[in-house]
Amino acid sequence: MTATTLPRPTALVEPPAAPSLALRSRHAAGDAVAVAKRNLLAYVRLPELAVFSTIQPIMFVLLFRYVFGNSINLSDPNVAYVDYLMPGIIVQTAVFGAAATGIGLAEDLQKGLIERFRSLPMARSAVLAGRTLADAVRNVFVMALITLVGVAVGFRIHGGVPAYLGALALILVFAFALSWVVATIGLSASNGEAAQAAIFPLLFPLTFASSAFVDTSFMPGWLQAFAEHQPVTITVNAARDLVLGHPVGWGVLASLAWSAAILAVFGPLAVRRYRRAA
Amino acid sequence: MPPSRVHPAIRVASLRKHFGALPALDGIDLEVPTGTVLGLLGPNGAGKTTAVRILTTILRPDGGRAEVLGIDVARHPQAVRERIGLAGQYAAVDENLTGRENLRLVGRLAHLPRRTIAPRADVLLDRFGLSDAADRPARTYSGGMRRRLDLAAALVHRPPVLFLDEPTTGLDPASRSDLWQVIEDLVADGSSVLLTTQYLEEADRLADRIAVIDKGRVIAEGTPATLKAGLGGTVVAADFGEPAASARAAGVLSSQLGLSPELDGSTLQLTVDDGPRTLTRVLRALDDADLTPAGLTVREPSLDDVFLTLTGHRDGDDDAADPTREPALARGAA
Repeated sequence: MTATTLPRPTALVEPPAAPSLALRSRHAAGDAVAVAKRNLLAYVRLPELAVFSTIQPIMFVLLFRYVFGNSINLSDPNVAYVDYLMPGIIVQTAVFGAAATGIGLAEDLQKGLIERFRSLPMARSAVLAGRTLADAVRNVFVMALITLVGVAVGFRIHGGVPAYLGALALILVFAFALSWVVATIGLSASNGEAAQAAIFPLLFPLTFASSAFVDTSFMPGWLQAFAEHQPVTITVNAARDLVLGHPVGWGVLASLAWSAAILAVFGPLAVRRYRRAA
Repeated sequence: MPPSRVHPAIRVASLRKHFGALPALDGIDLEVPTGTVLGLLGPNGAGKTTAVRILTTILRPDGGRAEVLGIDVARHPQAVRERIGLAGQYAAVDENLTGRENLRLVGRLAHLPRRTIAPRADVLLDRFGLSDAADRPARTYSGGMRRRLDLAAALVHRPPVLFLDEPTTGLDPASRSDLWQVIEDLVADGSSVLLTTQYLEEADRLADRIAVIDKGRVIAEGTPATLKAGLGGTVVAADFGEPAASARAAGVLSSQLGLSPELDGSTLQLTVDDGPRTLTRVLRALDDADLTPAGLTVREPSLDDVFLTLTGHRDGDDDAADPTREPALARGAA
């Protein structure tokens, strides 16, 4: 045996070749679904979580329909407030629901679950994708529920069912994009309460200083300038046009563009936070 | 080439990690031969968890090298992840899932063939005494059960190298002893283990070799026996009932016999090479000075003594019992 045949003590073992792109994609999808299932099971195991995420939007429907609704002026007298309200409530529910992504991730981080996930050979994207996917599933369920409640209190779909489903899809896409924003915040927070404290001051003005519940033309000028150009208003207006059967202008495209832009910025940011969080 | 025949389970060379200006690891070297247990012993904040986080691919090192089965953790993290299991001090299980669901989730995320996941989860639940609780949410588990589930979750994909980061911190003595038995069984089956602990007794019982780390450096390394032997033969502790008397006794021993006893309240402690002879001289000198100990013990040194000698502070002092300190530090700076 010559010296050259001896393994150098510092020689690195080259690991087996990385799996193919197809296999990795299949793993990434499977991992995301597994994580989503895990997150959805929480709603089954913690009834208070399910109750909170369904009762609150129902309360909002009833509150605005019967308590505030009669005092709210609309510039278009031909639109019933309940019909004006419902697309706004659905967007508000989806936006607030996105907070669950951030709070849940902060809790996973605090409990060490993220560390376990990061030590497993699973897809790096799966924890975030699974969480946002689970939120989308929950949103579909909650949207169906509050549509039924809305119909029970007088809401009518004027634009036809396909347009209504289109409006819901638009809102789902927007909520999905937002959940990457709150994921970034959640992964930067030290625990669930801190995440909640950071997320709601962002979501509240976005939701209430918008056209979700009121006509922005009655707001003071400075607020109007913000309210009319921020993405929640743009999404609400587009969804509302679809629901009311009004002609749909550039609103749908503008909302989709906002969602795409938010995702393009916060998707990579959230993934970066996830890789670094510990 | 089966890596384990050529490479140790774990090898760490000049590993460094800083959080801001704070050195968490200041160039450590470690080696864990296949099939053995290395105990990484040190107080909170010593860098134990940082070392584990780097080796389990959770943190990237700032310098030096870390390898698992010869695979560089920074260059090929995914290949490393397929070969390691991590059980941490947090008991990282999903509280809303049942024990069985937790194990199956890990099986899926480790990409095990579907048909092997369920039976493997069952075997682990049985082995860790969790069969009866398998279908209850982990939220309802006791601390000991959670740790066992956490350890079981680290084993689902049968990793050859295990990282146990303070596996028994915060457990009651009975659960701790249960978990020690489980870990001993794992090692008997051929696993290689890096175990971090603040408990000297734990390292003494489980580890083949021990590395003592303090402030990001390895300050001693060896078998439990060599570490104790390196300390000298015998520990003599004398209790004088009141600090003033023990201080006086310490003065007598250092001026007359050239010894340097350590004072802890009313207790005086000496580590000596030649136990019986020194003890005779000590007692004679004390008697001449009219100092009679109220209590006297003579024993072999424990790892606690090793620690004291090496670091100048006793493990368990001040904030060392706070299990959140080091991770909080790491997270705040990450």
